[in-house]
Amino acid sequence: MTLSITAPDSAPTPPAPAAAGRGASTPPPTDLKVETLSVARVWHPWRWFATVVVLVLSAQFIHGLITNKTWDWKTFQQYVFAPSILNALKLTLELTLYAVLIGFLAGIGIAAARLSKIPLLNVVSWVFVWAFRSIPLPVQILIWFNISALYKTVSLGVPFGPSFFDFSTRSLFSPFVAALIALSLHQAAYAAEIIRAGIISVDPGQSEAAAALGIPRRRQFLRIILPQAMRAIVPNATNEIIGMVKSTSLLSAVAVTELFYQAQVILGRNGRPIPLLIVATFWYIVVTTVLTIGQFYVERHFAKGAQRHLPPTPIQKFRTKIGHIALVIRRRSAEGRIATAGDAR
Amino acid sequence: MSAPTPALDIRGVRKSFGSLEVLRGVDLTVRQGEVTVILGPSGSGKSTLLRVINHLEPADTGIVQVAGEIIGYRLEGTTLHQLPEKKVLKQRAKIGFVFQNFNLFGHRTVLQNVVEAPVSALRISRKDAEVRGRELLAQVGLSDKADSYPRQLSGGQQQRVAIARALALDPQLILFDEPTSALDPELVGEVLTVIQDLASTGITLVVVTHEIGFARKVADTVIFMDEGLIVEKGTPAEVIDNPKEERTKRFISRVL
Ligand SMILES: Nc1ncnc2c1ncn2[C@@H]1O[C@H](COP(=O)(O)OP(=O)(O)OP(=O)(O)O)[C@@H](O)[C@H]1O
Ligand SMILES: [Mg+2]
Repeated sequence: MTLSITAPDSAPTPPAPAAAGRGASTPPPTDLKVETLSVARVWHPWRWFATVVVLVLSAQFIHGLITNKTWDWKTFQQYVFAPSILNALKLTLELTLYAVLIGFLAGIGIAAARLSKIPLLNVVSWVFVWAFRSIPLPVQILIWFNISALYKTVSLGVPFGPSFFDFSTRSLFSPFVAALIALSLHQAAYAAEIIRAGIISVDPGQSEAAAALGIPRRRQFLRIILPQAMRAIVPNATNEIIGMVKSTSLLSAVAVTELFYQAQVILGRNGRPIPLLIVATFWYIVVTTVLTIGQFYVERHFAKGAQRHLPPTPIQKFRTKIGHIALVIRRRSAEGRIATAGDAR
Repeated sequence: MSAPTPALDIRGVRKSFGSLEVLRGVDLTVRQGEVTVILGPSGSGKSTLLRVINHLEPADTGIVQVAGEIIGYRLEGTTLHQLPEKKVLKQRAKIGFVFQNFNLFGHRTVLQNVVEAPVSALRISRKDAEVRGRELLAQVGLSDKADSYPRQLSGGQQQRVAIARALALDPQLILFDEPTSALDPELVGEVLTVIQDLASTGITLVVVTHEIGFARKVADTVIFMDEGLIVEKGTPAEVIDNPKEERTKRFISRVL
């Protein structure tokens, strides 16, 4: 087996003379040159064993994916970039974007209302969150979709008095708008709680210091409290956004042509469910992956000042690793014997 | 006879939390440029008094005047009307407050911490505020830390940033609530030196501290508080070295 290269942070080994065997440690000779010492690598047999098991299982799985006819990769290929699918994907993304934007903006307001000292706002925001967390999203979607049956017209005018404008709910509530309302309200209720949780996680000393400095209320919130709350908000918010991407698939029930609906339409036509479900899955995975990568960088942005040193990005980590390996190879060829990554830093 | 307006005038201030009366009628006048040190056992109401002064906690009864202006209220005849929060924030901008645990804004650099209030509360341009901010950081000996984040600094350095941040508003009065008690002993000196330098600039200082040596050296007036009342008031020589009240004697002998 070839020698593995262990990064110094993954194997905290005490510095030991290169000559010392396992267990027994010889006392260092008095004329020892400390600069010439190198750290012996730790051998992790279980890590290697686990790696081999995982590799074998993965290979088996991939082999199955390729050779088993059920997956029908030809049909997948045919539809994955089809215009109808891409248009549906676009609609899914649009619905998500608007629902998340409206939901989180409203969420900030609702969270602020719940934390305010004004009793009426407390009650109203509490009731809002309570109501829209109680109604299942599919139910809400159907309610908004059917609302035109409940109210034939929407009127603008004096309450209980004459009205000036009448809209037919049919024209006001296109399926897209009905869907957006349902998703946004649902999102707002959850976003409000996520934002509130972030805000109350910030040390009260921060707003106290801001108040003592005479910083206006709005700026206290936007510049002092919210940025620090973001550290707690971002991971949960990303969860919610990813959830929202997939919640749009519920709209297939009311014939909005988002990704999942479109996939179902096609599979209904050609009778090949698996490849088309995989087409949809493929795109949901792509979107989720992009969002997850985005999350890493947004988290990193808001970690400013919270940690003494920012964690390296994967690309930076990769570069460092390559650097270590290159260094080790160079040393080894220079010395013709063992060098370690331990002193490569 | 017209005495100059005192920097700080506290009259008949009482404050309760639930059934616990924490301040039980405090009267105190501080002259312009004077350094007042408040001593007292834990729970005697020292922090509460400071927080009442800049209206972080409103008093139940009594008034606080800073440079002749009632804090938090508008007096009409014999009625006190609460000021809107905006006005109170304006008043607070004239009173510096330095907290025991610094309360620096962790997500902003040292310079941004110092510049934030002048820009948003006094509407000074960011550029001017930054020039002034760097001067103040130099004054507290932290020129080279302008772009560090608070968590990258030692406790003593953080507290000096907090002092620079308070100074950035050009306050006439600065309140210090145990500015050194969260610090390791070897860092206490650097913060006290900065406060001592301020004392000679003519800014009025009110300092709650347990550092008797500092009180003796820097204070014009020492106040001893116990159970929500000012028990004894005088020069350091009077209160620290020759206390008259039994409670003061006991406290001084314990902390010396
Ligand atoms: N917000 C509050 N709610 C209820 N009780 C409070 C509140 N703030 C202070 N107290 C109580 O008021 C009393 C005085 O508190 P304060 O913080 O003013 O004391 P202190 O003299 O500053 O003490 P220390 O030297 O320990 O800081 C204490 O008994 C404390 O428990
Ligand atoms: Mg206190």
